[in-house]
Amino acid sequence: MSKLTLKTEGDTHVVCTRRFTAPPEAVYRAHLEPALIQKWLLGPDGWTMPVCLIEAKPGGKFRYEWKNAAKGQQFYLTGELLELQPYSKIVHVERMFLPEQTPDNHVETTFEPNGNGTLMTIRMTLPDEKTRGAMLSTGMQRGMEASYVRLEGMI
Amino acid sequence: MDNLDATFAALADPTRRAILARLAKGEATVLQLAKPFSMTQPAISQHLKVLEEAGLIVSRVEGAKRPRRLAKSGIDALDQWLAMLHRAMERNYDRLDEVLAVMEGKKKGEGR
Repeated sequence: MSKLTLKTEGDTHVVCTRRFTAPPEAVYRAHLEPALIQKWLLGPDGWTMPVCLIEAKPGGKFRYEWKNAAKGQQFYLTGELLELQPYSKIVHVERMFLPEQTPDNHVETTFEPNGNGTLMTIRMTLPDEKTRGAMLSTGMQRGMEASYVRLEGMI
Repeated sequence: MDNLDATFAALADPTRRAILARLAKGEATVLQLAKPFSMTQPAISQHLKVLEEAGLIVSRVEGAKRPRRLAKSGIDALDQWLAMLHRAMERNYDRLDEVLAVMEGKKKGEGR
């Protein structure tokens, strides 16, 4: 059962939606409080986030660092919070350092009451189509091993 | 099986993955492909050659042009990497479900 939707829109947008069975206030906080973020924003298994710094105010900066100890890999992300509307909206800009810097991704996240929970909608805007294609493919880079297994199964 | 290595070598480059993403929207000529990538035509042609040899794209002849389109395996590769991103995000939000459950549990506990 997949509750996540992920689709491209136009040439430069990616839109993602997900429902949660918790009120908007909790989901909003889980996106701004380091102790909470470090528990879930980890991607594929094997990754941890040893550094999570956020100045939770409009204009505030943030920095996340991820590490995969088994593979000896790490990368980080920096960003700025542009707009905060408790507990309904977060607008920010972010870029990754892999270590080469990726172009800015402008992200608008909204949290709406939905039944007994929250509907979260993330709308990402990339500078151009090439950047969006490259960003969507980072999921592939990090999942390369799993991909290999899957491809072998297909052939 | 030999093609598996070629497929991964072809997909290892972000520009080539972006070219595949562009071709997912439909057939395009080298000129059309070069434009959004701000690369020279020879550079794009080199990437197209790698993608073609890996069996990810195919071309046809139309006068002096050779428009490219995604091959079946190119579509599969694209689907696969979107599925990969989808899975990584799902993993995140499944973990967030657990974090939220603990937060809500604590709140109820405090109310008692």
